[in-house]
Amino acid sequence: MTELLRINDLDVEFPTRHGVVKAARGVSLTVAPGEVLGLVGESGAGKSTIGNAIINLLERPGRVASGEIVFQGEDLRTYDEDRMRKVRGARIGMIFQDPQTSLNPLLTIGQQLVETIQKATTHRGQAATAHAVELLEAVGITEARARLNAYPHQFSGGMRQRVVIALALAGDPDLVIADEPTTALDVSIQAQILDLLKRLCRERALGVIIVTHDIGVIANIADRVAVMFRGEVVETGKVAQVLGAPRHTYTKSLIAAVPRADRRLERFTSVDYIEGSGASGAKIDVRSHWLGKGRRGDPNIRDVIELKDLNLEFVLQRAIRKKNRKVVRAVDNVSLTVQRGEVLGLVGESGSGKSTVARLIAGLYNPDSGLIRIEGTDVVSQPRSAGARKARRLVQMIFQDPYSSLNARMRVRDIVAEPIRFYRTTESEAETRRIVGDLLEHVGLGAAAATRYPHEFSGGQRQRISIARALASRPEILICDEPTSALDVSVQATILNLLKDLQEELGLTMLFITHDLPVIRQMADRIAVMRNGAICEVAPTDRLFAAPEHEYSRHLLDLMPRMDLLDPDAA
Amino acid sequence: MTDMPDRPPTRWERLKDNDIYWSFIHSPGAIIAAAITVICILATFAAPLIAPFDPFDPGQISLWDGKLPPAWVEGGQDRYLLGTDNQGRDMLSTILYGGRLSIMVGLAAVCLGMVLGVSLGVISGYVGGATDAIVMRIADVQLTIPGILLAILINGIGRALIPLELRDDFAIYVVIVAIGLTDWPQFARVARGATLVEANKEYVQAARVIGLPGWLIMLRHIFPNTLRPVLVIATIGLALAIIAEATLSFLGQGIPPTTPSLGTLIRVGNDFLFSGLWWITFFPAIALVVLVFSVNLLGDWMRDALNPKLR
Amino acid sequence: MLLFILKRLAQSFLVMAVVSAISFSLFNFVGDPVNNMVGQDATREQRVEIREKLGLNDPILTQYARFVGNALQGDFGLSYRIRRPVDDLIMERLPATIELVFVSAIIALVFGIGLGVYTGIKRNSWISRAVLSISLVGVSLPTFIIGISLIYLFAVILRWLPSSGRGGTVDLGWWTTSLLTVDGWRSILLPAITLSLFQMTLILRLVRAEMLEVMRTDYIKFARARGLSDRSIHFVHALRNTLVPVITVIGLNIGALIAFSVITETVFQWPGTGLMFIQAVNFVDVPIMAAYLVFVALLFVFINLIVDILYFVVDPRIRLGG
Repeated sequence: MTELLRINDLDVEFPTRHGVVKAARGVSLTVAPGEVLGLVGESGAGKSTIGNAIINLLERPGRVASGEIVFQGEDLRTYDEDRMRKVRGARIGMIFQDPQTSLNPLLTIGQQLVETIQKATTHRGQAATAHAVELLEAVGITEARARLNAYPHQFSGGMRQRVVIALALAGDPDLVIADEPTTALDVSIQAQILDLLKRLCRERALGVIIVTHDIGVIANIADRVAVMFRGEVVETGKVAQVLGAPRHTYTKSLIAAVPRADRRLERFTSVDYIEGSGASGAKIDVRSHWLGKGRRGDPNIRDVIELKDLNLEFVLQRAIRKKNRKVVRAVDNVSLTVQRGEVLGLVGESGSGKSTVARLIAGLYNPDSGLIRIEGTDVVSQPRSAGARKARRLVQMIFQDPYSSLNARMRVRDIVAEPIRFYRTTESEAETRRIVGDLLEHVGLGAAAATRYPHEFSGGQRQRISIARALASRPEILICDEPTSALDVSVQATILNLLKDLQEELGLTMLFITHDLPVIRQMADRIAVMRNGAICEVAPTDRLFAAPEHEYSRHLLDLMPRMDLLDPDAA
Repeated sequence: MTDMPDRPPTRWERLKDNDIYWSFIHSPGAIIAAAITVICILATFAAPLIAPFDPFDPGQISLWDGKLPPAWVEGGQDRYLLGTDNQGRDMLSTILYGGRLSIMVGLAAVCLGMVLGVSLGVISGYVGGATDAIVMRIADVQLTIPGILLAILINGIGRALIPLELRDDFAIYVVIVAIGLTDWPQFARVARGATLVEANKEYVQAARVIGLPGWLIMLRHIFPNTLRPVLVIATIGLALAIIAEATLSFLGQGIPPTTPSLGTLIRVGNDFLFSGLWWITFFPAIALVVLVFSVNLLGDWMRDALNPKLR
Repeated sequence: MLLFILKRLAQSFLVMAVVSAISFSLFNFVGDPVNNMVGQDATREQRVEIREKLGLNDPILTQYARFVGNALQGDFGLSYRIRRPVDDLIMERLPATIELVFVSAIIALVFGIGLGVYTGIKRNSWISRAVLSISLVGVSLPTFIIGISLIYLFAVILRWLPSSGRGGTVDLGWWTTSLLTVDGWRSILLPAITLSLFQMTLILRLVRAEMLEVMRTDYIKFARARGLSDRSIHFVHALRNTLVPVITVIGLNIGALIAFSVITETVFQWPGTGLMFIQAVNFVDVPIMAAYLVFVALLFVFINLIVDILYFVVDPRIRLGG
C-alpha cells in the first residue's frame, strides 16, 4: 500500500500552570491516497490536536514534543515556517467544524477563493476565476459564477460548509483533514456533506482524515478508523472490523453506549471503563421519602398536558410595511396531549420548533393564541392567577447545556435547595439540607457534592445536579430538552438510564425533546415528529420506526446513520 | 475535575486556586499597581495623622514662608520637604489632604454612577421591551456627548442653581453628582450586555421554571454574574472620575481653593509656572498622575484577567 | 440603503430635539433672563414690559417653538456679558476650534491606528511592549497636565514654540485660518499634540485589542490553514474586520476631541469656541452656553452620520442584509 501520510509515535504537549498536559501520546497513524481515515474519540481525547499538529498550527502553548510526521516521504517536522506555509493549502487542506465562523465575513466568496488559488497554484487572473467556478460546481453549488460575488452571510449553513470545502480544495491538496465537519449541521445536510467528501476523496484520490466524536459518521464514510482515548490510539483497523468486533475494552464500551435505532433495549449497557460514571449513590426509597410525598397530581385526570391550536411567531425584523417584516412561525397550530406517566418524544431538526413547544409548556414563552392545560388547569388565559401558578409548579425542565444551566456563583446545595427554600416545602433548614443530600445521593453524585461549586464537576455530573434541582420541586411533569446532546456517548448512556429510572420510580410524565432518533427510540413511548413549527405525525414508538406514515418521518428515518456495522454478524 | 479530594476546599484554598488570583500573583505590574493604589489611599486617608502641617489651620500658615522651594533646592527649608505654595502652605500636607479629597470624590462619583447604571442596565436587560428601549436610547444619546463636556455642563448648571454664598460648601457634592451622572451609561451598557447574556443562559430559565419572581432572579442570579465586567469598568471609571474632578477643578469649575483637591492645586500652581515656581504645580501633578496610573494599571490587568477570551 | 440613512436621520433629529430642549430650558431654569437683560435695579414696570417683549408670558411650547425657529436661522440672542449676537461670536471662533480638532484628529488617527496595528501583529516584540506601557501612561495623563508640561518644556525652558494664541492668521473672508502661515503651524503644534494624545492612546489600545480578537477567529485560523501569507492575513483579512468596530469608536473619539478642546483651549488660551464656552459657564452667560451646546451637538450628529455611512460601506452584512 502506498502511503500518503505516516505518523510515528507522536507526542503533543500543552504546558499549563498545573503542569504539562500530554494531549497526544505515542500516536501512530497512516493514510493512503483515496482513503478516508476516521479519527474517533470523546471530548478531550486529543483527536483535534493530531490534525493541528500535522499542519503545525497547534494553538499556543501546545507543541509537538517528539515523533515523526512523514508526508509524501518527507518529515514535516523538519520544515521551517516558510516551507510549512507552502504545504498548507497546496498539499494539505483543512476543514473546520463551524461554517458560520470559518469564512471572512467582509470578503466575497470569489475573493477568498481566488486569493487561495493564486497562492497555491499557477492559475492567475481569469484562469483563477474559472478554477474557482469549477471548484464551486464540484462541491455542488449551482449558478457558481454568480455566487462568486456573494458574501458568506448570504449562504445557508450547509452551503457555507460546501464553500469551506471548496476553499480547502482550492490549492489542489493531496490530503484533507476535516475536523468535525458536520457537527454544526442538521442531519439531512450532514448526510449530503459526508457524501460530498466521500465522492471528492474517490474522484481526486485524496487522502482524508475525518475527526469526529460520532460513531455514525465513521460508519458512513470511513474506510479505516483509529479510536482515541485520553491522547492514545487504542485501536486501529478496518471500520467493519473495529465497529463490528472491537478488541479494546474502551472501544467495546464506547460502541455499547451508542444508542441503537434498530431495536429497543431496557437499559443502556453501563460503561464502567470510562469514568466513575456508574457510581451510584445510596438510593432513597421514594415512597416513604419527602420526594415521594406531597405529590399533587390528580390521578383522575388522564391528559396531564393538553395543547390546543398553539401558535407562536417570532419577529426577526421589524418594519413599518408589512411585506418587509420578517417573522418566523416557531409554533404552527400545534395540538398535542401527553398522558399521565408516559414519555412522549418530540423530534425534529433544528428550527423545527420542538424546543419552543417545551418552553411554552414550561411558561418561558407565552403563546400568541391557543390553549395550554396542565393537569386540567388553563395556564394561558390568566397566567398570573393562583391556579395557573400552582399548575406550573408541577412542571420542571432539564436543559441542554450543562455548562450554562447552573449558576456558577452558587454552591450546589443552594442551587438544589432553591425551590425548596422559596416555596418553604420543608419544616427547617436542617431538613432542607438533609433532603438536598438525599437528592444528590439519589442522582448518583453523593451528598458531599453539596458544598462544592458547579465548575468542579464534569458535564455529566452537572446534568445530574440539574436533575436534582428539578426533583427538588417535586414535579409531576419533567421536560427534558436535549438533555444529553452536549455530552459524550458514554456519559449520555448513564444520564439516560438515570432519567429512565426516575421516570419509572416516580411515575413522572415526561416530554423528551431530541434531534437524535436512536436516543428517542430508547426513551419514548410515543413520538411526535415536528417540522417547521408543525406536527407531522404522532405515533407509538415502535410503529413509527417500523412504519412511518408521514413522508417527512420516512425522510428522517432514512437519514439515520447506518448502524448495521455494529452487529457482529455483519462483520 | 473528576477526582476530588475528600473534603471541600476552604475559602482560602478556593481563592488560591482561582485563576484571577493566580494571574495576579504572576503579574508584577498588577502587584505594584495594587500596592501603589493601596498606599495612596492609606496615606491620603491618614493625612490628619501623618501630614506635617494642617493646611486648613490658619495658625500654622504664615505668608512669610510662602513660595519656598523644595528642601533640597537652594533656599528651601527642611521642614517644608516639597516647598510651600503662594500662601505659605506646606506642599506635602496639601497634597495629602488634596489627594484624599480627589479619591473621595472619585469613589463617590463612581459609586453613584455604578448604582444608577447597573440597576438600570440589569432591569432594562432583563425586562426588555419599552423599558429597555427608553433607558438605552437615553444612554446612547448621552454617550454621543463626551463625558467631560456633560460634566462641565451639569456642574455649571448645578452651580448656577445654588446661591452664590453656598456655592463653595456644596461644590464637592455638585462635582460628585455631575461626574456620577455622566458615568452611568457606561455601567448601564455593560450591565445590560452582561444581563442579556446571562438571561439567555439556562440557569436563569431554570429559575423561571421554578417560579421565582423577576426581582429575585435579577438580584440573586443575574446581578452576581454581571459583577466581573462591572468591576473592570468601575476601576477604569475611578481613574477617569479622578481625572474628571481634577479637570473640573483645573477649569475653576470644581473644588474651591479653600479646601483644595489635586486639580485645584495644579490650577493655582499654573499661575506661577511662568515665574519659575515649578514645584507648586509639579508635585500635585505627579501625585495625580501616579494615582491615576496605578488605578489604570490595575484596571488594565483586571480587564485581561477577567476576560476569559484572552486566556 | 435609503431606509438605513433615513433611520439614522430620524435618530439625529431626536438628538437635536433633546439637545435644543435642554438648551432652551437653560434660559428658564438658570438665572432670571430679565435680570440678566436689564440688571438688578430696573423698575417693576420695566421688568413687566421686557417680559412681555421677550414673550416670556407665552405658553412654554410657544416659547420653545420660537427658540427653535430662531435657532434654525442662527439666532441665539445676545450674550449677557459681551452684549453681541451669539451667532457672530461663535462663527468668529469656530474656525479656530475646527482647525485644532482637525489637526488633532489626523494625528490621533494616523498614530493610533498605525501603532495599534503594529502592536496587534507583533504582540510580543519589545517595541510593542514599550508602546503599550507608554500608552497606559498616556491614558493616565489628564489633558491639562500634558498641556502644562508641554508649555513648560517647549515654551518656558526651550523657548521653541509659543505657549498661547493662534499666531498669524489669514482671513479668507468666510474663514480665518492659521494653517497658511509658519507662525500659525508653530502655534497649533503644541495644542494639537496635547489634544490628540489621550484619544490617540485610546484608539491605539482599541485597535490592538480588536486586532488580537480578530486574530483568534476561526476564519483567520482557516486562512492560515490555506497557506496564505502573513501579509494577506494581517492586512486583507484581519485589518478590515478590525476596522468595523473601530469606526464607531472613532466617531465618538472625534466627538471627544471637540469636548476636550474646551480644556486644551483654556490651557493654551486658544481663541476658539471651547474657551468661550468655559468663560460663559463661569459667568452663567446662558445664550452662549445654549448656542454652544446646539453647535456641538450638530457637529456630533454630523460626524456620527458620516460614521454610519462608512460603516455601511465597509460591512456587507449591513449593506446587503442578512
